Amino acid sequence: MSHIRVLVGTRKGAFILTSDGKRKEWEVNGPMFGGWELFHLKGSPVDHNRLYASQSSSWFGQIIQRSDDGGKTWYQPGTPPDQPTMAPEGIPIGESNKFAYDTSSETAKPLTTHQWYDGSQHPWEFKRVWHLEPSLTDPDTVYAGVEDAALFRSTNDGLSWQELSGLRNAKGNLWQPGAGGMCLHTILLDKSHPTRIFVAISAAGTFRTDDNGKTWRPLNHRLKSKMELPDPSAEVGHCVHSLTFHPSHPNVLFMQKHWDVMRSDDAGESWHEISGNLPSDFGFPIEVHAHEPETIYVVPITSDSEHYPPDGKLRVYRSRTGGNEWVALTNGLPQQDCYVNVLRDAMAVDSLDPCGLYVGTTGGQVYVSADAGDRWAPIVRDLPPALSIEVQTLP
Amino acid sequence: MIRVVLPEHFRTLARVEGEIQLDMALPITQKTILDALETQFPMLRGTIRDQDTKKRRPFIRFFACAQDLSHENPDTPLPKTVATGVEPFLIVGAMAGG
Repeated sequence: MSHIRVLVGTRKGAFILTSDGKRKEWEVNGPMFGGWELFHLKGSPVDHNRLYASQSSSWFGQIIQRSDDGGKTWYQPGTPPDQPTMAPEGIPIGESNKFAYDTSSETAKPLTTHQWYDGSQHPWEFKRVWHLEPSLTDPDTVYAGVEDAALFRSTNDGLSWQELSGLRNAKGNLWQPGAGGMCLHTILLDKSHPTRIFVAISAAGTFRTDDNGKTWRPLNHRLKSKMELPDPSAEVGHCVHSLTFHPSHPNVLFMQKHWDVMRSDDAGESWHEISGNLPSDFGFPIEVHAHEPETIYVVPITSDSEHYPPDGKLRVYRSRTGGNEWVALTNGLPQQDCYVNVLRDAMAVDSLDPCGLYVGTTGGQVYVSADAGDRWAPIVRDLPPALSIEVQTLP
Repeated sequence: MIRVVLPEHFRTLARVEGEIQLDMALPITQKTILDALETQFPMLRGTIRDQDTKKRRPFIRFFACAQDLSHENPDTPLPKTVATGVEPFLIVGAMAGG
């Protein structure tokens, strides 16, 4: 029987929640890396026991952790499992934590500054890894989206990282930080186009490469951000909060923008709004049902200054029509006095049938629905604020 | 023998308990101590100072002999009591909160 492993990144450590396919009884393990911010954990789709984690701290910097046994033990890449890090061989040499922007002249002389809040140019400065995306085909290859926005790739299990610096040539001098920082937070790998990658950056927009990361271009045509970006033809500067697609329909992208829920039917070449009857089109995460490419989920938030659900009711909204027509899913979710947020990486789906849906809140609750959103129950209520949720469906 | 005190998170990463002792040649400065520390415990590279620029991370502080040395030139020789191991060199997470 299949079972489920939920990887939860929080402000104060990581937790792993496990259950069988019924998704009723759960075991909670953690905290791991207690006291650190775990922005993201994710497992390799080709080796379920290979997990990567981004452990960071404003005080103590960025650490990459890896597990080869499904999260039972962790180590910084460079230290073989069960080997003390003080051993002469195999100790982590810090390269796994080194995210150095590419400034070599061989790679098209990458830009070295971006736009700062006051409009001046500001040097790129590495702060943290927001998102880790393991390769769809190679367990040793993993991508990292970082702040200040850039995309890195490791082809040696996270031992060392190289920037795909062509991305910053896509008008990087015009990118500027949003309130949460200038982060590359979404990485979509397209199994049907192995050299294609989509990324999303706050507050720059969506970008795509079709040549495995060498060259990139903005994909923000017809996005509108009237208040924040008055220029209707601006190629960059849009605050994309999250981006997703169904693997079987990789040309159909769904976007939760700062304001507006958007859809593209041409791999990001153009966008149209699908906010429809949502009570608010501001929000952070967006997800697609595992088996229904036109069924999508969002969590509306009141506004850019009020990061909590409208009317104090936590409602996940589902559209079975690819947008515009939305239904509130409330059964089992708090419907009064609820003022938590669901951050951009804190919603995920499993691939069981019926599809499971998971959300983690800034109040530390992790909710599960084992029936595609119809009924919800808390797995755990009192974790630190959830930063990310990823789900592995295991054989 | 130079004595170095690390905050708890760094001791966890380095898998050590208590003070660290470093065998070092002169001169004893912030930079030479950090170089020696990162050589012996390379898993700490990037956590105390930027791996590229070698600049101290903003929320890390250096103390010795009851003095905050965080803003001193990294190449300035440290007090003799640190260089002789009488006093430890303290690496501290900055006070923060409200």
